[in-house]
Amino acid sequence: MINFDYQRVSTVKTAVDAKTKNASSQFIAGGTNLVDLMKKGVSAPEKIIDINGFLSYKDIIIGPKGSVGIGALATNSQLAESPGIKSKNPLLALAINAGASAQIRNMATVGGNMMQRTRCSYFYDITMPCNKREPGSGCAAIGGQNRMHAIFGTSEKCIAVHPSDMCVALATLDASVYISGPKGDRKILFTDFHRLPGDTPELDNNLQKGELITVVSIPANTFTHFHYLKIRDRSSYAFALVSVAVALEISGNTINSANLAMGGVAHKPWRLTAVEKFLVGKPANKETFEAAAGMAMEGATTFGKNNFKIKMGKAAVTEALQQASQKI
Amino acid sequence: MRFCVQPNAAAIKYLLLYRITLSATFIFFITVKWVNLIYRNSRMPQQNQNNSRRDFLKKSTAIAALSITSPVLAKAAENDEKIAALFEQMPLKLEVNGVLHTLSVEPRVTLLDLLREQLHLMGTKKGCDHGQCGACTVHVDGKRINSCLSLAVMNEGKKITTIEGLANGDNLHPMQEAFIKHDGFQCGYCTPGQIMSAVCCVKEGHANTPDEIREYMSGNICRCGAYPNIVDAIMEVAPILKNT
Repeated sequence: MINFDYQRVSTVKTAVDAKTKNASSQFIAGGTNLVDLMKKGVSAPEKIIDINGFLSYKDIIIGPKGSVGIGALATNSQLAESPGIKSKNPLLALAINAGASAQIRNMATVGGNMMQRTRCSYFYDITMPCNKREPGSGCAAIGGQNRMHAIFGTSEKCIAVHPSDMCVALATLDASVYISGPKGDRKILFTDFHRLPGDTPELDNNLQKGELITVVSIPANTFTHFHYLKIRDRSSYAFALVSVAVALEISGNTINSANLAMGGVAHKPWRLTAVEKFLVGKPANKETFEAAAGMAMEGATTFGKNNFKIKMGKAAVTEALQQASQKI
Repeated sequence: MRFCVQPNAAAIKYLLLYRITLSATFIFFITVKWVNLIYRNSRMPQQNQNNSRRDFLKKSTAIAALSITSPVLAKAAENDEKIAALFEQMPLKLEVNGVLHTLSVEPRVTLLDLLREQLHLMGTKKGCDHGQCGACTVHVDGKRINSCLSLAVMNEGKKITTIEGLANGDNLHPMQEAFIKHDGFQCGYCTPGQIMSAVCCVKEGHANTPDEIREYMSGNICRCGAYPNIVDAIMEVAPILKNT
């Protein structure tokens, strides 16, 4: 690992100032991804700004109506084990526990989870071309080993996927992100936080220079049925080939509202808005779910080694809807 | 045509300034070096004086390297390392197995390397060094983490427990006893990490069924395949540990 300057900060302002001053600096919270990237030589910041001193951003606050405010420094395990989250937003707890290991969930923070980089093997291998790591060098995954790669929203420059499970659930639950930066504070929709690769795959998200995630909020909802289905190469501690997050409001046997997103298929959590519209007013049965799954896979593009993801994705959406509808 | 430029007054001035700066920097380096050495010698806890096999290997390798390298080169390299060390080290206070340590470390040193290389606590193992195998699992403020993914400097003021700090004197921790009883290891390399992880798995309340144990212990890989015995060990000790 190339050595670096290290600075501890205890307020958002000093953090943002320090980051703005040095373009080659990085925030560190849990460090589970950044330290790994630095060991691999993928990332070599001149300065590390340790933000673990923002004690007030480690809390999870549940509002009286069920809305949730999550400090960006709350750990993944803290969130997954929070009684308020388990009862009001079980989807989020399910998704978090489907990701990483108990040790990593104890270290990794909510903000850090959102900021984690793709696990594309070519991005990690500094001897290979990768437009995300080195813009303009090419994409080795297109025509290479792309079994884990995207089928939606890809570009000629990049077909990497965002690896997070937590983010798929947050996108499904209409979460918002609070951001502080040199120009002040702003709030954006979670679904607008991550980007598609387009011509600038080096940018994973829409944070501007010097900006820092401070809080993630989830609005109160009326969903009654949830499920997070993750398909992977081993039964635990592996990244998703395909994952599906489902939140449904069912009364009688009719679906009143539906939110769905997929993971492991795009450069960002992939919301299935057309499917959501289709499901509203339909009976919660197998025929509806199969039709919805067919619709979910429309517009998918595959790259040779990941052709199986269309069939798998379709089956996963059907199964996730089925599982969600059967839960009380 | 003349290739040689006549030295003018400004050039001489700059040359002088350059040489003065160079000398001043040199004197500064030497002063800082000695102040730092005296300071560190007075603050560092006394290291174990016994010569271990590891120390012998380190020394003999260094001597072998020196004998085939030019002495000037070796000296230069040594000086460079010392100068680098002076400017890149950070003070760090943390408690390991109940002992308070006041240290100075480079920011890039991981908690794992600090424990093994500076504190000579070799029980915590380096497996993959990328957070994929769990061999480096330790407790930080009572929570299990991968010490290979944590920078040492991020643990200022924290309480660390390693496998060496689990037993109570000569009495093994119940989890250690259970691993022995159920033969929960073969080569033993993953075992310290498995045991540290298992203790927290129980404390977190995730050791109720074999399936739950398998899920919550998935961050610890055992290439010998001792998993069934590890699950048996945790199942047996979980009810006892839960009540402590």
